[in-house]
Amino acid sequence: MGDHHHGPAKGLGRWLFTTNHKDIGTMYLWFSFAMFILGGFFAMVIRAELFQPGMQLVDPAFFNQMTTLHGLVMVFGAIMPSFVGLANWLIPMMIGAPDMALPRMNNWSFWILPPTFLLLASTLFMEGGAPAFGWTFYAPLSTTYAPPSVTFFIFSVHVLGLSSIMGSINIIATVMNMRAPGMTYMKMPLFVWTWLITAFLLVAVMPVLAGAVTMMLMDIHFGTSFFSAAGGGDPVLFQHVFWFFGHPEVYIIILPAFGVVSQIIPAFSRKPLFGYDSMVYATASIAFLSFIVWAHHMYTVGMPIAGELFFMYATMLIAVPTGVKVFNWVSTMWRGALSFETPMLFSLGFLVLFTLGGFTGLMLSIAPSDFQYHDSYFVVAHFHYVMVAGAVFSMTAAVYYWLPKWCGRMYNESMGKTHFWISFIGFNLTFFPQHFVGLAGMPRRIPDYALQFTDFNMMSSVGAFIYGASQILFLYNVIATIVAGKPVSDEKVWDGAEGLEWTLPTPAPYHTFETPPKIDPAHAHS
Amino acid sequence: MTSQTSTEYEKYYVPEKSKLAVCATIGLVLSIYGAASIMNDMTFGDPNETTSSWTIFICGLFFFLATLFSWFRIAIKENIAGMNSAQLKRSYVLGMFWFIFSEVMFFFAFFGALFYVRTLVGPWLAGEGDAGRMNGLLWEGFEFSWPMMQTPQEAVGGAAAQPIANNGSFTSAETSMAFASAHAWYAWLPLWNTIILLTSSFTCHIAHMGILDGNRKKFNLWLGITVALGMIFLVVQAHFGLTMNAGIYGSTFFMLTGFHGFHVLMGMTMLLIQFLRSVRGGHFTADDHFGFEASSWYWHFVDVVWVFLFLFVYIL
Ligand code: HEM
Ligand SMILES: [Cu+2]
Repeated sequence: MGDHHHGPAKGLGRWLFTTNHKDIGTMYLWFSFAMFILGGFFAMVIRAELFQPGMQLVDPAFFNQMTTLHGLVMVFGAIMPSFVGLANWLIPMMIGAPDMALPRMNNWSFWILPPTFLLLASTLFMEGGAPAFGWTFYAPLSTTYAPPSVTFFIFSVHVLGLSSIMGSINIIATVMNMRAPGMTYMKMPLFVWTWLITAFLLVAVMPVLAGAVTMMLMDIHFGTSFFSAAGGGDPVLFQHVFWFFGHPEVYIIILPAFGVVSQIIPAFSRKPLFGYDSMVYATASIAFLSFIVWAHHMYTVGMPIAGELFFMYATMLIAVPTGVKVFNWVSTMWRGALSFETPMLFSLGFLVLFTLGGFTGLMLSIAPSDFQYHDSYFVVAHFHYVMVAGAVFSMTAAVYYWLPKWCGRMYNESMGKTHFWISFIGFNLTFFPQHFVGLAGMPRRIPDYALQFTDFNMMSSVGAFIYGASQILFLYNVIATIVAGKPVSDEKVWDGAEGLEWTLPTPAPYHTFETPPKIDPAHAHS
Repeated sequence: MTSQTSTEYEKYYVPEKSKLAVCATIGLVLSIYGAASIMNDMTFGDPNETTSSWTIFICGLFFFLATLFSWFRIAIKENIAGMNSAQLKRSYVLGMFWFIFSEVMFFFAFFGALFYVRTLVGPWLAGEGDAGRMNGLLWEGFEFSWPMMQTPQEAVGGAAAQPIANNGSFTSAETSMAFASAHAWYAWLPLWNTIILLTSSFTCHIAHMGILDGNRKKFNLWLGITVALGMIFLVVQAHFGLTMNAGIYGSTFFMLTGFHGFHVLMGMTMLLIQFLRSVRGGHFTADDHFGFEASSWYWHFVDVVWVFLFLFVYIL
């Protein structure tokens, strides 16, 4: 067998043909950042149009294409792949494995993403335009009234699902089978735990999404009537199938983020995580509950009253394990020796703002009130608090936290802090006013609005441009670090950091843990 | 291979660079691009203009399948060369298990649609409960039964009679596939197919016992029988006798039996390959026959899905 202690290959072939989890992780991360920029660009178009009432820049059809692609690209292109990239980089290093369990498949799950998003973006230039039915693609908008490009959209979703399923199977196999001797389940870092549970969720619901788009495909091209009452089907059936995928999907997005802050907050509090076991159980309960709450997105479609009640109470129940988590993070900091480097700032931003988003979620979960909030900007505010200030902030924290370990160089701390504060202010300026316009009745997904919403919308747009611009600072900081950051050689990088990845040399060598590390049985989890 | 006898761990085989992923990507993306173009030509464009789309689709698919073929070939060769540690084999087992689980969830979506339509939507359309108010407005006179032999559209006198909620034309199902409508049990093909598929799971198991005993003759014989039974099943299944635009009955029926048939085809192909590997290449030993085991799990899975299908689509 070949000598394994070689470095990476040279040139483009390194990336195309690689089987190395670090290379693949890097590609995922860069790809997701590119998608973040693309989706951000769509968002800028939306906010520019909404800066003033009346039709300003784009026509309504194009506006709808923008909201649709913005949502799809951000959810499936930016957030999900970014956490897969993180998983690829970190899980093997955290559990003491030489690589992911199925390295070639790993490379394949990445490489099908870029061409698929290219295909999706190319629908913008097709006859009839890009999909314009919203990221939730409700039938019959997405079937009877869809542009022809919907067919390409459907197949793209199939392939994205395939990528996620393969990625998840790989993560499950890695965690279940590749832990170093002594790395018992209850010693795994929380990031590994949350990803293991996320991977289960993905394997369970991605096929259901594939089923939903397959039914759409059949309805559009082959004369079936799943979503058409004329043939005995029901458009609401689409919503049930979609949200059976969709609600677990939002936890797929947020659970790895929980994992990240559960690594970072202890490090900068210089205390072990408070309530490790309860964190694991809370994660598992959230995952379980996420399967039985989907219809809280459908309170207004006319469900039987028993359904409304069931889904209302089940949804409220999720607040319990979520509360456990927030409590644990706060208790971790209690009497800790806190310091506020950039990763910690983003984690704290996460903690505060995600909790706010959780509260608006609770408001939405109350079925009778949701009749007022539904499909208004209040919902938009809710899910951006959990997805941007939740998932994206924690992802940003993760990049700052592990970047020195990845490339052996330190980022510019004051630039990082500036990035945080601009993001924090920009984000809140964008989305906080949306609560108010939403409660006052401004509907979502419209290019024009009533005059009384003008001030708040202007604030939102200004905030969005600020938040968008701050990402350029981020990009600059990351590139400057990789190219010319101050070298670090400390294994630990952060004095409070715990875990196997911090026992490796900095920067992490191309191949790590080819022989499993010894894990002290007495040592608590990391 | 590597002398690891002095340590208690085995070396995990991490393959070197590989072109497989990129080739598989090219094949897959071309084939979906081609398939989507074909469908769009048919529905939105000129149905005679599909030639170039077909070319892209077929080339893509061929390239994709060829890549998968060599992918599995390489994996098999690595195993024969002794590169796979027990740990790596466990990774394969886990991979196969969770892949099958994802397939279960795929069928779950369609069964879910079937149950939802039969127990809730049908009665609503026929005017039952609060949600049934629309009946008087849109589908006056529609009566629900399962199998649904008349669509709501037809109940009100065709697409033209009800322009608001119509999008397509959905005709009555000419045939009911249900047991109740069969003339005699022995003439009812689904029953025979059930027997065939259940038997094949059993013969597959016998083949497994054979290889576990190291008895290759027994293995080949029973595996061959399994593959043959799978083929017979597919041939019989090909006689659907229903059209897809026959309303929701035809839709659910087609989706479930169609995808199941496709999965039988995949499972049968997998078993056929294992059969050829054993007959021609002498592959598999009593303690190393994962390729066969994985295919047999898949086969049993397909079989279990059929049992549910038989119950919920044909009998009930
Ligand atoms: C305490 C936890 C949460 C509760 C109780 C909750 C509740 C809800 C409810 C009831 C809605 C439907 C509102 C409507 O359309 O009228 C909703 C929408 C939404 N939530 Fe949450 N949520 C929670 C956490 C999250 C998290 C963690 C995420 C993602 C990271 C998330 C993402 C979303 C999204 C994307 C939508 C809108 C989907 C759409 O219609 O486009 N939520 N939430
Ligand atoms: Cu939800």
